[in-house]
Amino acid sequence: MKDLVRNALLNNKQPAATLGDSMTTILNVSDVTKTYEGGHQALKGVDLEIEEGEILALLGPNGAGKTTLISIICGIATASSGTITVGGFDHVRDYRAARNLIGLVPQEINLEPFETVMNSVRFSRGLFGKPRDDARIEEILKLLSLHDKKDSRIMTLSGGMKRRVLIAKALCHDPKILFLDEPTAGVDVELRKDMWDIVAKLKQTGVTVILTTHYIEEAEAMADRIGVISKGEILLVEDKDALIKRLGQKELLIELDNPIEALPEALASHPLTVSDDGGLIYTYDAQAGSTGITGLLADLREAGLHMSDLSTRQSSLEDIFVDLVKEDAA
Amino acid sequence: MNWNAIAAIYRFEMARTFRTLMQSIVSPVLSTSLYFVVFGAAIGSRIDQVEGVSYGAFIVPGLIMLTVLTQSTTNASFGIYFPKFIGTVYELLSAPISFFEIVIGYVGAAATKAFMIGLIILATAHFFVDLTIAHPVWMMAFLVLTCISFALLGFIIGIWAQNFEQLQLVPLLVITPLVFLGGSFYSISMLPPVWQTITLFNPVVYLISGFRWAFFGMADVSLGWSVLAIAVFMTTCLATIGWIFRTGYRLRS
Ligand SMILES: Nc1ncnc2c1ncn2[C@@H]1O[C@H](COP(=O)(O)OP(=O)(O)OP(=O)(O)O)[C@@H](O)[C@H]1O
Ligand SMILES: [Mg+2]
Repeated sequence: MKDLVRNALLNNKQPAATLGDSMTTILNVSDVTKTYEGGHQALKGVDLEIEEGEILALLGPNGAGKTTLISIICGIATASSGTITVGGFDHVRDYRAARNLIGLVPQEINLEPFETVMNSVRFSRGLFGKPRDDARIEEILKLLSLHDKKDSRIMTLSGGMKRRVLIAKALCHDPKILFLDEPTAGVDVELRKDMWDIVAKLKQTGVTVILTTHYIEEAEAMADRIGVISKGEILLVEDKDALIKRLGQKELLIELDNPIEALPEALASHPLTVSDDGGLIYTYDAQAGSTGITGLLADLREAGLHMSDLSTRQSSLEDIFVDLVKEDAA
Repeated sequence: MNWNAIAAIYRFEMARTFRTLMQSIVSPVLSTSLYFVVFGAAIGSRIDQVEGVSYGAFIVPGLIMLTVLTQSTTNASFGIYFPKFIGTVYELLSAPISFFEIVIGYVGAAATKAFMIGLIILATAHFFVDLTIAHPVWMMAFLVLTCISFALLGFIIGIWAQNFEQLQLVPLLVITPLVFLGGSFYSISMLPPVWQTITLFNPVVYLISGFRWAFFGMADVSLGWSVLAIAVFMTTCLATIGWIFRTGYRLRS
């Protein structure tokens, strides 16, 4: 079953159908590699195209190269080779225009402990060349439920609040693309849901969001497309709905009193295969109006096959993810 | 130019200075007063006059230089080292600003603080000795240029340093000895001829000499040499910083 879904996924390399021609590319990463000074190759030719307004979740295990990729796009690290354009601007040659479009929430909580929230956010806005505008900053703080903390020193805030300060700092210059590097690491369930809401709100305002995560559930909850990266390579980038739909494929496992070797002629019209232990596997779409199970059961009886047990199984995103990464590691 | 970014960095750094204003002012004022007591009163009573200037007054320019050099270097090195240390440097690296703008912000703030402290020491000195400044415009120019060029040096140190020990090493091991041996408390002409020659390799000699000339109209080396020395020093620092940002040395991986 995993192989079935996997093949379906991997054979579908062209961009997902929902991304029509009307959309414009806002970020283009082309054949980017990165070898760190110690000789470790963290990225091995990454290609990625992000459409304006979409939300992409980049899934990958520790050390996959997610942070490295984001750091290179944002100008914190330099690529060993490859090109990147942001809103059509080369991220090295036209770095000002490119970076103006980007907001970055880093993985680590890096903040000045003695500053107040307001001052810290003001500083970030200034760095991006925007004139002081406290009203706009307060709006953003309200969006992030941080407004009552605006005059608190950062060291007096909880971890989750600090993360939100980082988001405020990234949003205060009104970027068009927001990078969220593991926004929910070390965050409780409630705040995680808050984060999902925040991302949904940002999407409404037209902000493109690229987030990294270890949690499939999170990618499912927030993203339009899901990318899987492992060992410096992007293994797949897929439209989430198409992915989930394909995952709607379920299997009905039928165990028989008397195991069979081959499929009887009478059942050839059904999508059936014979399992290793002589039972039958029926594949169907759980979301479709008619599963065809009733007809199948009638035909089974007619063919004189007696069932001893029935069960169903469904592959999850998690299975595919683990599968892909494992295969890549092998 | 991204002026808003420069202003943001400058204001942010100055806010830090004003938060710790008392520390910033009390310690230089105190140490200057101590220098006056020890060098001015105790030693000065035996030296009397140096080339027509009372010893107490003679050491004022050197004292100011001693503090200003140390302050501008340590302020600037800490200013850029701190974001590196706590990780907030990511903001500087990912913002639409050029290296030149970052330098103006950080070095400007560090130099401003050192300059203010220099003026405070000058005011403190007035309580101890009579001072008339022969060339006030030159005096200010020397002070400003010194603050800026050593803040540039401090900026380089802050980027180079990988821990707090290294951060303190240069001011402690290099700057303080150079200032002490650079004629802060004596005239070069008081030294034996061999040492006079050796001393000429100390760049701080030219600074202090020029600064002292602005006060009293007398100098160990000619004014032209002093101006040239500052210019060369400043250019070297700027070139080094330019190289740092081009290569990303110790900033970008
Ligand atoms: N500054 C660096 N110098 C040398 N190697 C580095 C550096 N930063 C990261 N690496 C290496 O590059 C690889 C990718 O790291 P990266 O931080 O991009 O992974 P990640 O996908 O963000 O992982 P995580 O999920 O743990 O955050 C790792 O093997 C890491 O050890
Ligand atoms: Mg990471």
